[in-house]
Amino acid sequence: MKGLIESMNRIKHHIILGDLEERKKVKIVVDGEEMEAMEGEMIAAALLANGRKQFRYTKRYHSPRGIYCGIGRCTDCIMTVNAIPNVRTCITPVENGMVIETQKGLGKWKRGGSCV
Amino acid sequence: MYKTSIAVIGGGPAGLSAAIEAAKAGAQVVVMDENSRPGGQLFKQIHKFFGSQQHKAGVRGIDIGKELLEETQKLGIEVWLDTEVCGIESNKLLWVVKNKTKSVQVLAERIILASGAIENSIYFPGWTLPGVMGAGAAQTFINIYRVAPGKRILMIGSGNVGVIVSYQLLQAGCEVAAIVEAAPKLGGYGVHTAKVCRAGVPFYTSHTVLRALGENKVESAVIIELDDSWNPIPGTEKVFEVDTICIATGLTPLAELAWIAGCRFKYVPALGGFVPLHDDNMETTIEGLYVAGDVTGIEEASSAMEEGRLAGINTVASLGFYSDKQRERLCNEVRERLDALRRGPFGEKRKTSKEEIITSRKEIQCPQ
Repeated sequence: MKGLIESMNRIKHHIILGDLEERKKVKIVVDGEEMEAMEGEMIAAALLANGRKQFRYTKRYHSPRGIYCGIGRCTDCIMTVNAIPNVRTCITPVENGMVIETQKGLGKWKRGGSCV
Repeated sequence: MYKTSIAVIGGGPAGLSAAIEAAKAGAQVVVMDENSRPGGQLFKQIHKFFGSQQHKAGVRGIDIGKELLEETQKLGIEVWLDTEVCGIESNKLLWVVKNKTKSVQVLAERIILASGAIENSIYFPGWTLPGVMGAGAAQTFINIYRVAPGKRILMIGSGNVGVIVSYQLLQAGCEVAAIVEAAPKLGGYGVHTAKVCRAGVPFYTSHTVLRALGENKVESAVIIELDDSWNPIPGTEKVFEVDTICIATGLTPLAELAWIAGCRFKYVPALGGFVPLHDDNMETTIEGLYVAGDVTGIEEASSAMEEGRLAGINTVASLGFYSDKQRERLCNEVRERLDALRRGPFGEKRKTSKEEIITSRKEIQCPQ
């Protein structure tokens, strides 16, 4: 497992906001790989801190997409989370043991077939 | 079915200010917000606000947000989070999905819509690559989630959002390669622009982004100079090695619910696009439906809070909580502060545009 809380992307010191307070760490599984995240943070923030920028690939051209609006409006950052496709990762907090997968196209529901 | 006197949609600066004003008068208020925490975009505004002392000038947005939340709590205002308002039917019946799971009908005597705005984009080859994002998104990640979107950033747009977020990216430890502005002049307030300038960030006026390059994410950006007619001048391309491109090219009011409710609109470019018509009490063309903040035209958090107060006062007054005299006195206080915020070279245009909205609303009432 990567030492992700120590990620270079985390803003640990801030001239106005002060030091980043220590929060409980949780484990998430991203495309089969275990990663560390901070309790309560958004999935997108955890992935960015882990150096992940590609969240899904489009249906027709398989081109990568990542964070765009950051406030749950554009749906560019959707992924398959705990087997549910199209979850907006910028406004969905991580949970311990959460299974997150890069979404291909429109995503597939584990039960009851695909929504393609 | 849930019944309330006043339903406030949106828990940002406008919505919370409206709710506080209404609750102060003794009305029952419910605030609904689709986010998991209230405050809207205030908590990422770590810079000090402008205006006078009455407008909380010199106080950081984040601290204003805390004050609003404290007051909301003190007044016992009910706040429903993770709650999406999906529709407004006639008779002020709201269709609400509460806690992301439960469908609820809410019947309100008055509705205050304070749904805010969304960032505009510009489209260029490579704009869908991971690493291209709204400047507001970058601001959310650095100031709220405390994760940097990248190491080296190119900012497109020199308006207030562009320069403020650039400065905050520097404060977060990122490098800002340049700020690109398509117009021949810079667009932001002098104070914020000067701060980034002093930090050594170069500005490129009469330039635009031509393309973003990279395999699976942004690796570089190409900008190009524009002539007097805003056409690219071949041969003037410049390449920047950046991993992030932030787009700060304005905002558009998030007015879907006002459209659904059947409000009359007007297209006002200076206010960010289509905005619902309202009178000087913030009431739209639908009786009992009020608006406040960016949904009525893009301004700032300071004016959003004042508009919220105006809407709050008028909703409770229309329910009989205030006499006409009291209402007039309270409203005039707010209107004076709003006028003060809409002065100067930046404010004047907003003031005339807002007046245009109010005039158009009057014309609808009296067609001749």
